[in-house]
Amino acid sequence: MRVRLTFLFGVLAAAIAQMSLAQDARMQLPTTVEAGSAFSIPSVGNGQATLYIVGLGQVLKRSVKLGETAFFPAGSLISAGHYLVVLAGTSATQNGSFDVVSAHEPANLSFLAKPSRLPVGLHGGITGAVYVFDDYHNLISAPTPVSFELANPSSTVQKQSVVTRNGAAWAVMDSTAHQGIDKFVARVGDVYSTRVVAQVPGDPCGLKMTAQLIGQQVRLVTDPVRDCSGNAVPDGTVVTFTENYNGAQSTVDEPLKNGVAEVELSAHNGAAFSVASGIVMGNQIRWEK
Amino acid sequence: MNNGRLYAALLGTLTVALVAIGTIWPAPSALAYSGAGSILGSSSTPQAAVESLGEEIRKQAWEKAYGSLANRTQFTEPEFVKDLTGYYPSLLTYTALDKFEVRPLHSSANEAEMELTLHWATVVGLSVSTRDLHVVRNGDRWEPEWPIVRESIVPPQVIPVNYLRWDVIYRGPGDDWGAQDVEAPHVRIVDMHPVDRAEGVVILGELLNEDVVPAYVSVSATLLSKSQSAIATEGSFDKIDHLLLPKQVTPFLIQFHNVTLSDVGSIRMNPLSALIPASADPVIEIGSEQLHPAPGASLTGQLINQSGQIVNVAHVLGTFYDKSGQVVWVADRYVDQALSPQTPVPFEIHIPEDLARNVSSQRTVVATYSFGGSQ
Repeated sequence: MRVRLTFLFGVLAAAIAQMSLAQDARMQLPTTVEAGSAFSIPSVGNGQATLYIVGLGQVLKRSVKLGETAFFPAGSLISAGHYLVVLAGTSATQNGSFDVVSAHEPANLSFLAKPSRLPVGLHGGITGAVYVFDDYHNLISAPTPVSFELANPSSTVQKQSVVTRNGAAWAVMDSTAHQGIDKFVARVGDVYSTRVVAQVPGDPCGLKMTAQLIGQQVRLVTDPVRDCSGNAVPDGTVVTFTENYNGAQSTVDEPLKNGVAEVELSAHNGAAFSVASGIVMGNQIRWEK
Repeated sequence: MNNGRLYAALLGTLTVALVAIGTIWPAPSALAYSGAGSILGSSSTPQAAVESLGEEIRKQAWEKAYGSLANRTQFTEPEFVKDLTGYYPSLLTYTALDKFEVRPLHSSANEAEMELTLHWATVVGLSVSTRDLHVVRNGDRWEPEWPIVRESIVPPQVIPVNYLRWDVIYRGPGDDWGAQDVEAPHVRIVDMHPVDRAEGVVILGELLNEDVVPAYVSVSATLLSKSQSAIATEGSFDKIDHLLLPKQVTPFLIQFHNVTLSDVGSIRMNPLSALIPASADPVIEIGSEQLHPAPGASLTGQLINQSGQIVNVAHVLGTFYDKSGQVVWVADRYVDQALSPQTPVPFEIHIPEDLARNVSSQRTVVATYSFGGSQ
C-alpha cells in the first residue's frame, strides 16, 4: 500500500514538472493574423526544429533554427480560422495557437435577390441578402455598411443602407407600379453585385371585348388587355371566351396576341358571350340579330 | 403394386389418346387462338355475322374483315382500316381490340340492325366506341354493312402560325453560388373540396397559373389524421392539365382509396410548378357543350382544332359546379381520334349519376399532345 502511494505521488510530481517546462517553452505568437498578410514567429533555444502551422484549410511546415524568427510572406495564410502551432525540436516541443481573421477590405459580395420575377405593386415583395467576403473569400464578420439600390426603368430608385451583422445584411423592397426589368444592386465601397428583378404586369383589369358579325360567325375581340396599373398584359396570357346559347356552351382559351385576344364563335340569336382571364371576369354581350 | 402399374399405364394411354384427339379434331376456340381459324366462323345469323366481323377486327385480320362486308364496294380496305384505327396517328393507332359486344336492335327475315361495341385497350385505358351495323341476308349467309365514317382530309397547304413560344435558359453549373436562376412559375390553388365517395376520399379543386410564363404543374395531397399523422399521400396523376399557360386554370382530382373522410383531420396540399419551354399553339375550341341530366348523365361537345398542327391525342377535363359555384366533380375523357385543323371531333364525359342532379354549370379544358410536336 505504501509503495503504491509513493509511486502515485512520483507520477504526479513528474507531470507537474513537465507542465511547468511546457509553460516555459511557450512561443511568442501573435494573437491574430489578418488573412493574406505577412507575419513572423520568434523562437527561443538552440538547435534545429520543425515548425508546423495547422488550420482547417491550410497546413504549413517550415524548418527553423531555434533562437531565430521565422518570417512568413504575404499570402502564406489565407483561410480564416483557428491555427495550431507546434515547434518540434530535438529536445523539446513547443506549442501554441493563433487566429487568422478575415481582411478588413471587402473584395467580394454574395448577393441573393428573390424573387427574380414578381407582379407590379407588391409591398415588400423583393428581398436581397448580402454576405461580404474579403479577397480570399473569408466572411468579414466586422460590421460593414452595405447599400441596396433597386432601380426601375421608369427611373424610380429605392435605396436602403444596412450595416452587416455577423457578415450578412439584408433589405426588403417594394415592386413599383411599372413593369420592366429592375436592376438590384448591393454595394460595399467600390465592390458591388447586380441582380435583375423582372416586374411583370398583374392580373388583367377592366377586361372588355367587342363583338362584330362576320358572315355566320361573331368575331369577339378584346380591347388591349392591361393590368390595374396600366401595364400591358403580356402576349400568351390566356383569355377565355364563352358563348352560352339555349343551354349549350362553347368555350375557347385564346392566348393574347399583340395585346389582344380574338376569336370567332357561332352567331346565335340570343346568345350570351362572356370573357374572362384567370379569375378576372370581363364584360358580357348578348347577341341580338 | 401391380394395381399401381396398371393405373399408371392406363393414365399414360389415356393422355396420349386425348392429345391425339385434340390434335386431329381441335376445338374451334383452340384453332382461333392458334391463328388458324375463328371461334365464330359462321355467318348463318346476323348475330354470328357481326360477331365474326368483330373477331376479325380483334385479330387485325383486316382483309378477312373487309371481305366479309356487304358494302365493301363503297370503300377500299385501307379506308376501312383507317376508319377503325384513325386517319392520323392517334390513341387507336397503337392499340388493339380487347373485346367486343354485339347487341341486336332489330331483326327481320332479310335484314337486321346490330350494335357493335368495341373495347379498345389503349395506353390510357379502355376506349369504347359503338357502331350500329345494318346486316343483310345474302343467300344462306348474313353480311354486315360497315357504316364507314370518312374523316375529312385536310388539303395540303401552308398555315402560318404566329403564336407565342417560350424558351428557357436555366442557370449553368459553373455559375456563382449566389447567382440567380429563373423563378419557378407562381401557381395557386383557387378551389379545393374533399368529398366522400364509395371508393374513398376524392379531392377536387382548381389550380391557377397566376404568372406570366407557362408552367408544368402537378398537385399532390397528404391526408392527415386527427392526431396530425399522415394517412396517405397521392398525386393528381393525369387528372389535371399539366401544361398551364399564363392565367390558365385547370381542374384536378386526387383519389385516396380505402379512406373515409371521417378519418381525416386535415389535408396538406402541395401544388408543384416548374418552368418549361412551351407554345401557345394549338388553340382548341370546345363547341356545343351540353349537359345531359341523369339517367346517363354526361357532358357532350365537340373539339375544333383552330391551329394548323394536327393534335394526335386530346384529353378533355370537365369541371362541374353546383349552383353556388362550388366544384362538385371533375371528370375526364381521352379522345381517341386525332384533331385535324378545323375538323370537329365529338367527345362525351360521363358524370356520376348521384352527383348529376347537383351540377348546375361546367367548365371544360383540353390538354393536347402532338407526336413530334413543338411543345
